[in-house]
Amino acid sequence: MTETQIPTEQRLDIRLSVNGVPHTTTVTPRRLLSDCLRHDLGLTGTHVGCEHGVCGACTVRVDGKPMRACLMFAVSAQGHEITTVEGLAEPDGTMHPVQQAFRECHGLQCGFCTPGFLTVVSAFLEENPTPTEEEAREAVSGNLCRCTGYQNIVKSVLRAAEITEERKGCAHAEGDAR
Amino acid sequence: MKPPAFRYHAPTDLAEALDALAEVGHDGKVLAGGQSLIPMLNMRLAAPAHLVDINGLGELAYVRTDPGGVAVGALARHAEVEADEAAHAVVPLLRQGLRLVAHPVIRNRGTTVGSLAHADPSGEMTAVLALLGGSMTLARKGGTRTVAAEDFFVGPLEASIEEGELAVAAYFPRLPGRTGTEFVEIARRHGDYAMCGVAAAVTVDDDLRIVSARAAYLSLSPVPLVLDLTDALIGRTADTAVWQDAATLAAGSLEPEGDIHATAEYRAQLAGVLTVRALRTATERAALVDPNGNTGTTSTERSAR
Repeated sequence: MTETQIPTEQRLDIRLSVNGVPHTTTVTPRRLLSDCLRHDLGLTGTHVGCEHGVCGACTVRVDGKPMRACLMFAVSAQGHEITTVEGLAEPDGTMHPVQQAFRECHGLQCGFCTPGFLTVVSAFLEENPTPTEEEAREAVSGNLCRCTGYQNIVKSVLRAAEITEERKGCAHAEGDAR
Repeated sequence: MKPPAFRYHAPTDLAEALDALAEVGHDGKVLAGGQSLIPMLNMRLAAPAHLVDINGLGELAYVRTDPGGVAVGALARHAEVEADEAAHAVVPLLRQGLRLVAHPVIRNRGTTVGSLAHADPSGEMTAVLALLGGSMTLARKGGTRTVAAEDFFVGPLEASIEEGELAVAAYFPRLPGRTGTEFVEIARRHGDYAMCGVAAAVTVDDDLRIVSARAAYLSLSPVPLVLDLTDALIGRTADTAVWQDAATLAAGSLEPEGDIHATAEYRAQLAGVLTVRALRTATERAALVDPNGNTGTTSTERSAR
């Protein structure tokens, strides 16, 4: 019997910065960022749906901008700051305004699509802190929710804008008190 | 699904990238934004043996505007071109088309030059480049060449990029005189590929009468189709034009095919309706253009976005 030689696949040592934490790991170049986050780094908050850029469940922020983690290779993410849904809350556990709004307005049902919505909406509100309902709809248009709960998701976006504003107000008030 | 295995090359400058492309030949594919390529890999519709990742080529991440038009480098993301005020002032059609390219999240990563190199007949940027009569700059080890839009798109997903060549830039020329533009499309879902899309450019004279009207179509033909519809509108103004005449003239040259998303008849109907909408808006905008101004845009247009 002759032995067939199976070519060894290229493997690369990479360094990723995720939610401010540096990680090192070894990947094949075809390792998708979404799989690297979940399987290599154990950050399972990023969900994987369609794997061709349609559903939006895997959206993470790359240098602040939302991007599809299933349409990036982990090797390409080196040198960039990745923020996943795990990185949205404050270090003390205080929920991000978008997380709080999704809870208050029932913006999540089964929750599978939620991490993608949260990362997209958190970035959107930084660019547009006072969106109209139409702008809110457009902002989430690249994300699918199979529980068909878009009404409450749009409400959540608008509520998150309010919460952000309220928290700013509180911060000012506290500052004044001191 | 997962991408097939490939050998990864990460050049850090253009010369290194061209060396890598020359070396890997027809087994190589360029990775820029990857928003079309990676889905094809994930679905195993493509299996290149080598990927040359040009994301390290910061020198190609530019949007440069001069009075004659806008040059876009291979690493400029759609979102960066869309947000560029100087580019919008000189070539408003760029932003009018870019806002219809997939979703904002895809535009954050995808590149304008990459979508042109991909040559998808449903791609908005292919229609924009074709309508404007723009060009592509292709570099290879030892030389560069410039290819006009009409010669660049060869067939569906096929551009005239040869082995070892890298599309380094696209040039979108400014349309002269009192010219207005508009880009409209109909998709089943906002951000999806359009079932039909129309980009239009209309030039009017000092009396605001139409002297030239052209339209480019996407999702209707293997390569972007540009039609001259001047005969149906010449001498008319936005108020007196019989728009349906232009739609009828266009219909004579369109041969849409049906697919799972829309029948041929429905696509033809969409093409007619969108032709009218795009031409009318472009004509109204043309009337607002200051022919002596340097920007070719108007304040109303800016506030409209």
